[in-house]
Amino acid sequence: MTAYLLKRLAIAIATLVLASIVVFAVLEVLPGDPARLMLGMNASADQVELLRNQMGLDAPLAWRYLHWASGLLSLDFGRSYTYSVPVIDLVRERLAVSLPLALIALALSTIIAIPIGLFSASRRGRVGDMVAMGAAQLGVAVPNFWFALMLIYVFAVWLHLVPAGGFPGWAAGAWPALKSLLLPAVALALPQAAILARVTRSALIEVLNEDYIRTARAKGLPYRAVLWRHALRNAMIPVLTILGLQFAFLLAGTIIIENVFYLPGLGRLVFQAITQRDLIVVESVVMLLVAAVIAVNLVVDLSYAVVDPRLRTRQ
Amino acid sequence: MKLWKTLLATAVLAFATATSAFAARTDLVIGIPLEPPHLDPTAGAAAAIREVTYANVFEGLTRIGPNSEVLPDLAESWTVSDDGKVYIFKLHTGVKFHDGTDFSADDVKFSLDRARAENSINAQKQLFAAIDKVEVVDPATVKVTLAHPQGSFLYNMGWGDAVIVSPKSADTNKEKPIGTGPFKFESWAKGSSITLVKSDHYWGAPVFLEKAEFRIVPDAAAAVPALLSGDIQAFPFFDPDSVSQVKDDPRFKIVVGATEGETILSINNKKPPFDKLQVRQAISYALDRKAIIDGASAGLGLPIGSHMSPANKYYVDLTGLYPHNVNKAKELLKEAGLENGFKATLKLPPPSYARLGGEIIASELREVGINLEIIPVEWAQWLDQVFTKKDYDLTIVSHTEPNDIGIYSRKDYYFNYDNPTFNKIIADLDLTSDEAKRKELYAEAQKILADDAVVGFLYELPKVGVWDAKLQGWWENAPIPANDLTKVKWSE
Repeated sequence: MTAYLLKRLAIAIATLVLASIVVFAVLEVLPGDPARLMLGMNASADQVELLRNQMGLDAPLAWRYLHWASGLLSLDFGRSYTYSVPVIDLVRERLAVSLPLALIALALSTIIAIPIGLFSASRRGRVGDMVAMGAAQLGVAVPNFWFALMLIYVFAVWLHLVPAGGFPGWAAGAWPALKSLLLPAVALALPQAAILARVTRSALIEVLNEDYIRTARAKGLPYRAVLWRHALRNAMIPVLTILGLQFAFLLAGTIIIENVFYLPGLGRLVFQAITQRDLIVVESVVMLLVAAVIAVNLVVDLSYAVVDPRLRTRQ
Repeated sequence: MKLWKTLLATAVLAFATATSAFAARTDLVIGIPLEPPHLDPTAGAAAAIREVTYANVFEGLTRIGPNSEVLPDLAESWTVSDDGKVYIFKLHTGVKFHDGTDFSADDVKFSLDRARAENSINAQKQLFAAIDKVEVVDPATVKVTLAHPQGSFLYNMGWGDAVIVSPKSADTNKEKPIGTGPFKFESWAKGSSITLVKSDHYWGAPVFLEKAEFRIVPDAAAAVPALLSGDIQAFPFFDPDSVSQVKDDPRFKIVVGATEGETILSINNKKPPFDKLQVRQAISYALDRKAIIDGASAGLGLPIGSHMSPANKYYVDLTGLYPHNVNKAKELLKEAGLENGFKATLKLPPPSYARLGGEIIASELREVGINLEIIPVEWAQWLDQVFTKKDYDLTIVSHTEPNDIGIYSRKDYYFNYDNPTFNKIIADLDLTSDEAKRKELYAEAQKILADDAVVGFLYELPKVGVWDAKLQGWWENAPIPANDLTKVKWSE
């Protein structure tokens, strides 16, 4: 187990170093000068040069990489060019929206998907299964911004139950803040739940065909017990893999939903930073996300070992 | 008995609603599409900075009014010497910055000297170029001496870039703006909203709103439900394409005005075959402005024939010079020896007027034999390739700076246009303060640009404002980027 952990950690660190080089190099070759963008079309070339100098953009590339990378090691993510505040503050503010949103959406999608997957797998080929899987198909197919807009029109414009968008901040109280995350979480969870339900169903069906399920049934265990205790547990590995991927996506890939609900999330921060060529923000946030994805994968790997004891000893 | 109780309850309720209706609302949530990068108008070109702070938080010596007129602001009056070179500004007294610091002539000197300093990064440094020196006569009087007379000096001092700041807070205005205006900055939840509240000790006419929140709504699709649900009560710059969704709703007022954004098909005047006058004229004839306005701007926006807003007092209507005429365009191309047409590129920045307008223009030019390859670019790329390196044939962009016809005389500007006669007129304009003479020169300048078909003049970007019908006091036009809240109030 320790060797397994150490090996995973070493891979994770190597990935981070490689990612930092790639991220930095790719962004630096993008055309577009942040100083010119800030000063607009009326500023002279001299002024742009002056601002470049003030922002430290005229230093050699390698030096700037080392400066940035060594900052990362001490958790100093640098200062945003446009906002001129520490990047870490920006990220912290955005995570206060994105993290709860991702967690709620993930919880919702799990709560919806697992029972549907179980239900469908145990009624494979029957009407209930077909209806559930048809609905799942629809859930995958419907674009989530459209679904989000429908939710807004029904629950905000028509019923006035929740705000149409925006985020009041946690300082405004837990309930108002949660309320504004509710619709986006549902809009995000639904397509995820649809995918997850299908994965759960097919993983379960595969397991249900195994010999040990027949053995369990033969020794007289009730069907329900077999399903929950033997089948679901063994079908968890693909489900966990998907969950891990979904979490990483929900954390930063939700720009469309963030735009529809005008939420100040991490996705919008990155998007805005890219269009404004706030390179230091993009680089640092992307690195954080890389780290988050690696961490999530590590947790998923470890949880395999929890659900499947064989993996613990296989090393 | 039961009926009696119900009646009583109804009466009480009606009374309660009636009394609360007497006190008009004093809070307002305003939707803006772009978040400002920071809040210091003296240190960045972004229009979004001015759309929050201009006239609300910061004030200048003069200010620009809703119809682009120059109004006194922190300077209550001024005199100009006969040679047009010395301005003496008499300042308001008893003015305080939001942090309690007293405002005086020293702050004016500080602000102007800071903006025109060697190491200044003011995005409109040219506004201050004529200033030779700024002197404090007494705490309420400032003397500005110009190197040469400048007709637009008072107008220039009304720009957001020329607002007066305090030396104490100048370096922190980006995050925590401190001005002399009727509203003071309260908070900024990054990515979400910026809140202003009424300042306690404002020197001028009191404002009606106690609190104004600017909420950032980047997606036009989200703006409509935000309005309908009442979460946001005003969008001073609404997406023209979404107007149809709220047009018939009596709860909202829709006001279409003009901006200072000349939307043009820019042409690289030095790059063959665009260096030939006939080719540029052919393009002008090929353009159908009405079709472009309908397709790119939902039919809203006024056609232009030169580089001047129809809302501007110097405007001359030149839209009839090159009417849409495909045959004439083909003839001109033949004259230029290009009867078989040619290929060129059209680089399009992200705004929808460019992306949608570009498709229409490409098909219109194809009709006369010019085949365009459309290349979508981001803003940063556009500024780099097109604006700075002049690596382009054609592009579409809106020039939103007010009164900016002078850009055509700039050396090395991205149009690559160089006409000594035109340059002379712009130079003369700078030195002329006589209004009648200025009007004449502006008319002449517009005529030259139109005759030379320097670029394809398309239309003036509209300002579409949508707000709660009970709100009053908004600007109809946008002569400069601003959301002036000083007159905005709830009726009732």
